[in-house]
Parts: sequence; C-alpha cells; structure tokens
Amino acid sequence: MKTRKNQRIVIITSALFILFSAVGLVFYALGGDSVNLFLQPSEISEKDMKSGQYFRLGGLVDKGSLSRAEDGLTYHFTVTDCVTDQPVRFKGLLPDLFREGQGVVIEGSLNDDKVFIASTVLAKHDENYAAPGTMPKNTDACQHPSAGMYAK
Amino acid sequence: MIAELGHFALIMALGFACLGALGPLIGAAKGNKRLMALGSGAAYAQFTASLISFLCLTYLFYISDFSVRVVAANSHTLKPMMYKIAGVWGNHEGSLMLWVLMLSLFAAAVALRGKRLPDTFRARVLGVQCLLAVGFLLFILFTSNPFDRLIPAALEGNGLNPLLQDPGLVFHPPLLYLGYVGLSIAFSFAVAALLEGDVNPAWARWVRPWTLTAWMFLTAGIALGSWWAYYELGWGGWWFWDPVENASFMPWLVATALLHSAIVVEKRGALKSWTILLAIVAFSFSLLGTFLVRSGVITSVHAFASDPARGIFILAFLAIVVGGSLALYAWRVPRLTLGGLFGLTARESALIVNNVLLSTFAAVVLVGTLYPLMLEAYDGSQISVGPPFFNFATIMLVSPLIIALGFGPLLSWKRGHLSKAAIRLLPIFIVALMVFLGTIWATMGNQILTAFGLMLAAWLMGSVLMELAHRIKLFEHPAKALARLLNLPRAHFGMSLAHLGVGLVLLGVTVSEAWTVEKLELMQAGESTDVAGYTFIFNGVEPIVGPNFTAIRGHFDVIKAGRSVANLAPEDRVYAHPVTNTTEASIHPMWHGDLYAVIGEAAGGKRFSVRLYYKPFVSFLWLGAMLMCVGGLLSLSDRRLRLGAAS
Repeated sequence: MKTRKNQRIVIITSALFILFSAVGLVFYALGGDSVNLFLQPSEISEKDMKSGQYFRLGGLVDKGSLSRAEDGLTYHFTVTDCVTDQPVRFKGLLPDLFREGQGVVIEGSLNDDKVFIASTVLAKHDENYAAPGTMPKNTDACQHPSAGMYAK
Repeated sequence: MIAELGHFALIMALGFACLGALGPLIGAAKGNKRLMALGSGAAYAQFTASLISFLCLTYLFYISDFSVRVVAANSHTLKPMMYKIAGVWGNHEGSLMLWVLMLSLFAAAVALRGKRLPDTFRARVLGVQCLLAVGFLLFILFTSNPFDRLIPAALEGNGLNPLLQDPGLVFHPPLLYLGYVGLSIAFSFAVAALLEGDVNPAWARWVRPWTLTAWMFLTAGIALGSWWAYYELGWGGWWFWDPVENASFMPWLVATALLHSAIVVEKRGALKSWTILLAIVAFSFSLLGTFLVRSGVITSVHAFASDPARGIFILAFLAIVVGGSLALYAWRVPRLTLGGLFGLTARESALIVNNVLLSTFAAVVLVGTLYPLMLEAYDGSQISVGPPFFNFATIMLVSPLIIALGFGPLLSWKRGHLSKAAIRLLPIFIVALMVFLGTIWATMGNQILTAFGLMLAAWLMGSVLMELAHRIKLFEHPAKALARLLNLPRAHFGMSLAHLGVGLVLLGVTVSEAWTVEKLELMQAGESTDVAGYTFIFNGVEPIVGPNFTAIRGHFDVIKAGRSVANLAPEDRVYAHPVTNTTEASIHPMWHGDLYAVIGEAAGGKRFSVRLYYKPFVSFLWLGAMLMCVGGLLSLSDRRLRLGAAS
C-alpha cells in the first residue's frame, strides 16, 4: 500500500503545484499591463490618466465630429458621454457599424496634447446596435440640445 | 393565429417536460416501472411540441408577420429569405427557442438510442434532461416569450444587423448550440449516475459517444465562428478573447478534459468521481456562457440587449443547477469505489496531466473573463482584461500540454515506461530542436516565441506520426505495415487525426501571428503596391446593387513574378434597413496563406483607403479544427463506441 500512497502523493503534489503556479500567474498578470481600465470621457481626468497609458475608451461618437485628415487614412472624431468630449485620432479603416451618434469602444492611449490615439476601434455586432458600456452613465446630461440625438 | 399556436405548443412542451421530469425521477426512486416508462413518451412529445413551436416562429419570420414583436424588431421584408429564416436565432428570444429545441432533441435521441441502458438509469437520465428543459421553458415563457404580440402591428421591421446577414449566421449558432446543449447529456448521465450511486466502465462507454458528439459540434461551432469573424469583420483577426468567445472556449476545454478522463474510467475504472465532476462542470460552463451572453452583464461584441429580469432568472437557474448537482456530488461521491492502481508513468498519468492542465486553463480563462465583473462589483471601477493576459496563460499552460501529449499515446496502460517512450521519440525531439534552432537562426534571435511555437508543432505532429508508425510496426515489419494500418481501430485513427489537428492549429496560430504582412494605403485606379512579394494592382471601383444594399466593389489584380495569382473584389456596402456600412473582405486562399483585401470609403476624389494582408498559414487553423472533427467522427463510427452500444 505504501507505493500506491506515495504515487498518489507525487501525482497530487505535482498537480497542485501546476495549479497553484497557474493561479499565482493569474493574479500576477491581473495586476500588470494586460488589464486595461475601461473609461468614459469624463472619467479620464478623474483617474488622472497619463499620456501613453493604455486604456479602453467607451462612449458615443459625437455627431458632426468625424473628419478625415489630408492623408485620407487618419480620422479625427470626438467621443462623448455628454459631460466631457474627448478628441480621438485613428489611423486605419473604421470598422463596420461605426457611425456618428452611436456607441464605440476604442483602445489606445492619450498623447501629450490629451488626444486619444486609438490603436483599435472595436466593431460591435450587437442586435440592437448599442454596445453595453457605451451608453452615458449620466443620461440626464444628454438632454442638452447638442446631444439631443442621444436622449432615449 | 400561428403565433398563438406556437405559444400554445411551447406551453405544451413545458407540460410534457414537467411530466418527463417528475414521472421517471419519482418512478426510479420508488421502483415504479410504469412511472419510469413515462420518460421516453414525454421526451418524444416534448420534442414534437418544441419543434412545432419553433416552426411556428420560423413561419412568422418567413411571412414577416410584424404584429409579433420579435419579428418586427429583427426582420425586414426586403431581407433575403435565407436570413429571414436564420434570423430566427439571430436574437435573444429565438436563440433560446433554438436552445430548447436542441435540448429536447437530445432528450428524444437518448430515448431513441438508449434502449439498452438499464431501466432506472435511463429513466433518471431522461428525468434530469427534462428537468433542464423545464427551467429553460419557464425562462422563455416568463421573460422572453417570442410570440408576444405588438399592438398596433409595425408596418415594417427593424431589419437585422447587416453583419449577421451572412451564411455564417445559418450554421454557426446551431452548431455551437448543439455543442453547448449536447453537454447537457453528459450532465444528465453524471447526475443519474450519482442518483444511482454507481459509476462503472459501462457508464463511461455510454457517456463518451454523447460527449464526443457534443465536443465535435462545439469544435465546429467555435471554428466556424472564428472563421466568420476572420472574413466578416474585415481586419483579419480570428480570435479576440472576447467574453463570449471565452464562454464557448471554457466548456470546450472542460469537454476535452472529460473526453480524455472518460477513457480512463472506461479502460481502467479509475478517475470516476473526477469524471463525474467534469461532466457537471462542462455543462455548468455552458449555462454560465448563456448567462454571460444573455444577461448583458459583460461588455462584449456579442452581447444582446441587457434585461435585469433575464439576468436574475438565469443566475437563479444557474445556482440551482450547479449548486444542486454539486451538492448531490458531495453527498453521493463517497459511495463510489476506488478504481484500479496505476504506475506513475502509465497512460493514466498522462491523461491526468492532460486533465489538470485543461481544467486549470479553463479556470484561468474563467478568472480572466469574470475579473472585470468582480472588480466592478467590488469598487465600481471598470476594466477590461486584454489578450496579453490570455495569450500569456495559453502559452504557459498549452506548452506543457503539448509536450505531454507527445508521450501520452506511447505509454501503455497501468505500467508505462517513460524511458521507452522517450527513446522512441528521440528522433522527433531532435527534429523539433532543429526547427527551434533553425527558426532562431533564420530570424536572428528576434522571434523566440515563434521558434518555440514551431518547435511544439513539430514535436506534436512528429510524435503523433511516430506513435502511428510504432503501432503498425513500420520499422520492424515494413512489409506488413500497410495491412496493419488498415486494421487499426477507427478510434485510434480518430485520436491521431484529432491530435494532428491540434498540431495544425498550433502551426497556423504561430505562423500567422508571426509573419502576417499588413498594409494600409490610399490608392487610386492604376496604382499598385507590394505586400509580401505580391503586387496588388488597383483597377478601380464599380457601383453594385444587392437585394437590400448598395455597394462599391473594388477590383485588384494580384501578380507575383509576372504571373497573375488572383483577382480580389472587396466591397464596401451600405445596407438600407437599418442604414449601416459594412465592408466585405475579399480573400484568396492558397495552401501557404491567404491574400486578404478590404476597401474603405473614398477619400476626396478617386482615392480609396484599402487594407491589404498576406496571412501565412492562416487556413491551417480551420483545417486543424476540421481534422479534430473528422477525428471525432471516426472515433464515433468505431463499433465499440457506437451511441447506445451494448454494455
């Protein structure tokens, strides 16, 4: 019986070792760079985001804010939560379903001029075209005239 | 009228499900044969009622009956017929109808194919299966009734999200659901076995084909979804570690572990309680996935509209199913007898390594997926856990899995010899090492991770082939090898193919991640640009008109070394209902890689923004997944493994 016991102990110990190192790894990685804050424009100053710090920006694309730069590949637009407007720059092809007045989720970081340089604009394919997390938390603010189209 | 008929059929289905749950379960507990015999009839009746209800809903979509809320919200008269039909499951209510239909289909399948199962056991399996259906039917009827009327009726529907108007919608959700729901059978078998208080090798023999079936559908569903994302979203990505993708990946990981541990139960009678636990966990992950997708608690590209009532219902259901089955597990599992002994380096141990790694992987993905939720509940801050975390976890956990996989099939049951296997695998190890060093040398040490990935792929595929070679004694008696190869059990071929598939996926991931060439450019007709040695010549655009969209279609000639390779015609579409832009990528697949072109809108005058890719080895991903499914099919066709085979 001794060998059987020993074997089981070895197996179980090594299994637990793998398990624990993986779990440790998880907690280690969750504290690191692989976790990004998910913010709406008015939260950016609250969180005191530094330039170059990677995060996700969620909000509505302000109507009438989309323009194209000279090179034809760079876009400028404003993401708003009806409290604060955040200018965004993106070089690339905007994804399907990207439209002014609709929700977007963007990954990137601020540059020194507080412009959000987008590395990825996420495509949304929700059946109702409203991505969770992009609806302004403060919906009352969206009642002002310039943001009339956001009022529900 | 049809809507009311569908609603009525759905209520009937609930009635039959209640009957099918209570009758057999009470009957089995009391030893009442007549009550137990209710199971099959109720399962058939429940399936028929669900099918009628589902067909009614399909008909409502077919005739575009906008007096029904779901149809008005998700369909449109101008939509092509294929998408009217597939649109049935392109929304919350309809997708739950599909779920219930599958659930009752599997119950009916067990009733049909499970005639050889012991009476009480079969009754319990059917009873548990019907109990699950009761939960889902209640969910539909109380929170998500697809037959709700819209008064007054809408004149025109809202239309379906254009991104969903794709053949992918026809196949991806049903396949995935067959996988998700198929795992319910493993769950029902596990709970039934706990109720019986006995798990024997015969149990594993019954449960394995069902799990294998579900696993194949899940594999195919996930692969198809990833392929769809690849060609539809227009930026060439095929996996985003999106919460909903993770929700399908976790049950896949656990189901894969379950497939392997059930082998140990079947062959050696060991790992019984662990296997039961895996069966419970696999389906729990399916339910969790449903919760994540349907409750809108998570920011995801797949998330349907959030509705707190739905979320709470599913959460309660999840708590009952998972909590109840785990409590039953804790209560009953001490009764199970211990299995056979085995050596530390026996095949059993290799399969344990497989199981530990796969379930750890599933747990890590779970933590990464739920962490944002937990943190938000804790201090209100919103975060997202990105690909770097998941990629890191994948590398850390899949690498040892692949290394162990090379050895596993070469070890024998009970008392294996690692050294013997190692000697046989020595040539493969040397080849893999050469691949590693060769890649390091060719990339001048800049791509160690790529080199490592290639080494693992070479190791895996080489060791699979080596194992086959030894099995047919290719080196000892080459003359008879072919005959031996043809005489190998199909299940063995199945295993080898599925493992080769894993190797191909690994190869595809590594190469396409490392050597994809991307170019973003502004082009006008007549201009050309080079991507990875291919010259893309832009021949301008033409306007086209589709059934419910207008578009511009760009034309590219691709030439390499003076020879024409492909003509690519990507489109930029504008759908009318609702007004939406979508890009349709144009892809030219070749064995060694895909040419991929996307066209965007015009930028002042005649210049268009275009994105061009060369994606090497990317099709190996889908090919690998296909091999896994074919492997599963082969195993399933093995006589010893047939559904409901005699014990």
